[in-house]
Amino acid sequence: MNEEVFEVLEPGLLTTVQDRGRYGYQRFGVSVSGAMDVFSLRAANILAGNDQNSACLEMTAAGPRLRFLRETLIAVTGGDLGFTLDGEQLPRWCSIRVQKDSVLASEGVQDGFRAYLALAGGIEVPILMGSRSTYLKSGIGGFQGRALKAGDRLSVLPLEPGRELRERRLPEDLEPVHYGHHHDLRVILGPQDSAFTGEAIATLFDAKYSVSATSDRVGYRLEGPVLKHKRGPDIISDGSPLGAIQIPGDGLPIILLADRGSTGGYTKIATVISSDVGRVAQAAPGDTVAFKKVSIEDAHAVLREEESLLRSLDREAAAASAGSISIVVDGEDYEVTDEQGKPLFEHLTPGAPHSTETRQAKVTVGGRTQEYNVQIRRGF
Amino acid sequence: MAEKPTFLPAGDRAVVVELGDAIKPEINALVRNLMLAIENRKVPGLVDMVPTYRSLLVQYEPLKISYEHLTATVEEVARGLDHIKVESPKVVLIPMLYGGEYGPDLEFVAKHNELTPDEVVKLHSGTDYLVYMMGFAPGFPYLGGLSKKLVTPRLQTPRVRIPAGSVGIAEAQTGVYPVASPGGWRLIGRTPLQLFDPSRNPPALVRAGDYIRFVPLVSEQEYLELAQKIQKGEYTVVTEVAE
Repeated sequence: MNEEVFEVLEPGLLTTVQDRGRYGYQRFGVSVSGAMDVFSLRAANILAGNDQNSACLEMTAAGPRLRFLRETLIAVTGGDLGFTLDGEQLPRWCSIRVQKDSVLASEGVQDGFRAYLALAGGIEVPILMGSRSTYLKSGIGGFQGRALKAGDRLSVLPLEPGRELRERRLPEDLEPVHYGHHHDLRVILGPQDSAFTGEAIATLFDAKYSVSATSDRVGYRLEGPVLKHKRGPDIISDGSPLGAIQIPGDGLPIILLADRGSTGGYTKIATVISSDVGRVAQAAPGDTVAFKKVSIEDAHAVLREEESLLRSLDREAAAASAGSISIVVDGEDYEVTDEQGKPLFEHLTPGAPHSTETRQAKVTVGGRTQEYNVQIRRGF
Repeated sequence: MAEKPTFLPAGDRAVVVELGDAIKPEINALVRNLMLAIENRKVPGLVDMVPTYRSLLVQYEPLKISYEHLTATVEEVARGLDHIKVESPKVVLIPMLYGGEYGPDLEFVAKHNELTPDEVVKLHSGTDYLVYMMGFAPGFPYLGGLSKKLVTPRLQTPRVRIPAGSVGIAEAQTGVYPVASPGGWRLIGRTPLQLFDPSRNPPALVRAGDYIRFVPLVSEQEYLELAQKIQKGEYTVVTEVAE
């Protein structure tokens, strides 16, 4: 049974239920939506002992005031919205046990712009087209398809068997991110960089842009130097990738984010790399951004670093729950899944915690399948 | 397939695969078939695909497949497209009531094009429209194939609320509003079918590459009876295999 876990006393500026997003339905014109800062969402879930795709609250600038209806474990990551728990400053980037009738409040944004609240078990709302994310414009998903209002009561899913409420924090060598008011964003040129003059491309990388107050979950509008097209801003409509920097007729960039339409008819000069999209989400109106060109390979290297960071966090977090398995091939960690993408460990007989064994496994790396002797480690 | 696809990088998790540079049914069919063929291939690390007029946006998980391997796979699938059998597109029959309060602009469209309302109905329902792509809003189909005799400008002032299922004309396009929304299209009729329902799988009745045929209903009574049947879940959408 699900249990109501908190009541909304004040909703804050914009508080919505989000997971990693709704994939597989863009072909029907459905927006991906999901967390604007996916890294922070995943970290919050790990700290709360959840699956990384569990639904959290995304809170914007001025956070909500919530009263807990029972004891639970929470973790807050992302921007610093001046959170307090029963009047005391709330530690961020770690999990905290909260008691029934405790009140979480926000004194407003101190750093960054969006924060994530994970609750042990993950927020329970209906799964719609594979996701619990809220898509505000069409009123799809999340909690009744809308932002939270005072009086709403939300539930969490029951904890998986064997999972306990256990407090976790970042490894000591990791510091919570400080976002500040200037954001360097790495981008890959394209898909339509050839529609722009050389001068426009040079300007994109030289100029500083400021974040307009009209920015939202659909896109961040930037103010600054105009970028000129060779032959007009229109293209035959194509798919809109996350982080694409679209340049309409006025020449001012719009970075397309979680709630972007699945297709669009404007040229896109470059695309912010996925590891920096979360950084865009932490930019407040009036902040400045600058763009730096990187290659696809560079971006993938950054992505791998980010993944290994999350994995080390997850490993630490998972240490308590026996049965978790990691597979190491040539010193590199791989998540091993079956053809449906389900973690393989679910199909193996649980072994003793903290044991290592060697098995023959077929591992597909970059599309090529090879046989490996793999080490299976449990409970690390 | 004769021409090699063009790959345009779209960040570190997506690539645009262009198969032409015009809005043409033949190019759009390539996009559709390429998407289905890639899907059949079960490429690891494939996250999502967005088919559009003349290109396919392929989103991937770089931790599972490299950019080089992905584009090489797509190129290989594209090369063999002539020999790969994919499911044929379907024609989805959309029953609709033309004119009256369901299509308040039918008279205007007729007058504007020097036709009678009956002639408009005949022309509009006498064509199979290609769903080039979906976008703009959940379940909104971009249709091709409107008769040149029916081209009509948009309303000067958009309506505040158009009921779901409304069928309209805007310039050389015709379309169906999948959900209630504001809009400036000239409304010629309405269907009781729900083109988009997020709780259904798949959520849309048509997909890119399919065709839509509008089938005129004879009376308001027929419309209301059909609406009731649909609501009770007693109606099965009629489809035919294209060509």
